[in-house]
Amino acid sequence: MDAPAANDVILSVRDLVTTFDTDAGRLTAVDGVSFDVRRGRTLGIVGESGCGKSVTALSIMRLLPQPMGQIRGGRILFEGRDLANLPPAELHRIRGGRIGMIFQEPMTALNPVQPIGRQLSEVFLLHRTKDPAEAWRRGTEMLRKVGIPAPEVRMHEYPHQLSGGMRQRVVIAMALACEPAVVIADEPTTALDVTIQAQILELMQALQRDLGLAVVLITHDLGVIAETCDDVIVMYAGRVAEAGPVEAIFDRPAHPYTRGLLDSIPRLEGTRKSRLRVIEGMVPGLRDLPAGCRFQNRCPHRVDRCATAPALEAVGPGHETACHRWRELPPR
Amino acid sequence: MDTPAAPTPPLLQLDDVQMHFPVREGLFLRSTRSCRAVDGVSLQLRAGETLGLVGESGCGKSTLGKCIVRLHQPTAGRILFEGTDLAALGQAALKPWRRHLQMVFQDPVESLNARHTVGEIVAEPFVIHGEGDARERRERVLGLLDKVGLPAAAADRYPFEFSGGQRQRIGIARALALRPRLLVCDEPVSALDVSIQSQVLNLLLELQRELGLSYLFIAHNLAVVKHVSDRIAIMYLGRIVELAPADALYAAPRHPYTRALLSAIPRPDPRGTRERIVLQGDVPSPINPPSGCPFHPRCPHATDRCRVEAPALRPAPGHPDHTVSCHLDL
Repeated sequence: MDAPAANDVILSVRDLVTTFDTDAGRLTAVDGVSFDVRRGRTLGIVGESGCGKSVTALSIMRLLPQPMGQIRGGRILFEGRDLANLPPAELHRIRGGRIGMIFQEPMTALNPVQPIGRQLSEVFLLHRTKDPAEAWRRGTEMLRKVGIPAPEVRMHEYPHQLSGGMRQRVVIAMALACEPAVVIADEPTTALDVTIQAQILELMQALQRDLGLAVVLITHDLGVIAETCDDVIVMYAGRVAEAGPVEAIFDRPAHPYTRGLLDSIPRLEGTRKSRLRVIEGMVPGLRDLPAGCRFQNRCPHRVDRCATAPALEAVGPGHETACHRWRELPPR
Repeated sequence: MDTPAAPTPPLLQLDDVQMHFPVREGLFLRSTRSCRAVDGVSLQLRAGETLGLVGESGCGKSTLGKCIVRLHQPTAGRILFEGTDLAALGQAALKPWRRHLQMVFQDPVESLNARHTVGEIVAEPFVIHGEGDARERRERVLGLLDKVGLPAAAADRYPFEFSGGQRQRIGIARALALRPRLLVCDEPVSALDVSIQSQVLNLLLELQRELGLSYLFIAHNLAVVKHVSDRIAIMYLGRIVELAPADALYAAPRHPYTRALLSAIPRPDPRGTRERIVLQGDVPSPINPPSGCPFHPRCPHATDRCRVEAPALRPAPGHPDHTVSCHLDL
């Protein structure tokens, strides 16, 4: 990607390689992924199960399951430091302080046996203040900011007493409590109903505008990507297949996988009961990835050249793709 | 769809179906209140038709599906299948009917017995209903696997050896074993990846054309539902709030909930300019549903009448096949 204003880049991931040691040997879940996250903007990472999008997020946060998951290469540059090599004590200060996290299932992100207020104050006590009363007050304020009615009452309640949407608001409040520079949200609305999803996405966008946050949004939902992201990375089997501004990705997708994804989703304005376009076959397991382009066994445009791995090539401004044949593909 | 007033009776007709679950609480776990999961649903499903059933979690759509295949015994109401009231039948009398109504579940992992081979899983309906000998069953299993796009070798393997999409094909093969007339598909593709979803949706559409199946297609994704359905019913807090031909429902939704639901779906179009109607609050509990119209606490148009009087499902003026339950003519 080109760098319009390098000082806008808050988080820069360079050639990240993350592996898992399993009974079947060492598997590479993320294989040379690079991207930049800019102030006030939302970067979407989209892909199907096993593409490495969540492992990328966990790598940035250094929350990989131990001891199986390890960062084997690359750098994660944030505020002048490389998170990939930071000692745990320093990481604690950054996690929840300068970088916030929002996970898919709010029930697992919250402690079920502690009142909301205690969990929320803890964030302030860890990063901001020594005074419990002050932490409680700021926690209440944060709940109000994320649109929870009667926050003074809610502070005393337990997670199970809240609905799914309210719980996700609490998780967002915790993630934003210390005014982080970056928020990493892994499928933040996937477990929610559409009308609640709309509320949460609206809330996240408003808070982002107010606080100038950079957001990394990981999702499988192309609709959510289109409506909330400025830039997009399409991942496939641990690598970046295509990256660029959201309009370029949706209007002029260059990679056959991106095209396949966009063509295969049913659309409200489509013809009912017509045959949907499909991507044949399925995602290869990490154990039997093909050499060369990882999409080749499902790609309708495959040629002999695809046996060698394609590098990312510039397609347009800030838009790049890893396909040998992107120039030759028929227009969509 | 092209023959609106078909003289033949509907394949399936629900009359005021209710499913209330007792809520046991207090010191002696006495049942004091009930959860009105399905609260008076009436609808018809025609032969060869797909009726989409849409709603958010807890609206009762899965419970309704389970009542139809009689995994639940409904508390009240009639479930007429080709004129016979299944809700009134006991287990023994029901058995010959069960073959006509089968169900496809959301989670293909949980709905398949991990200790049985795929061949045994798909053959189980034959065993239960005493059809064929071992050789015949094997032959029919292979035929079914072929129909859903799986190789014959799959019969001797176990569910865990297959991907999510393939497991859903196994679930569909089992559901088809007894040549049912109606398949109740409960979120059949929501656990699948995008590129696999379209494969399974295409399979369901092909099977319907080939076998003349009827589907009750339960899902929360309106784009998916609209793609496969002829008509769509929108459910909220145990009741149908709107039922219309799929294109009409999308082009001219009449219930405020349907409108909000449609507008809340994120569209895969970064230049989208539509106005999003963001509903306030959460879905109320079916244990203590609101008075009057169940949607009134979240409805941006609610009036005093909506708070006290529950609207009935009525045809919209000039549109006999578009029914809506709303006091306001929006």
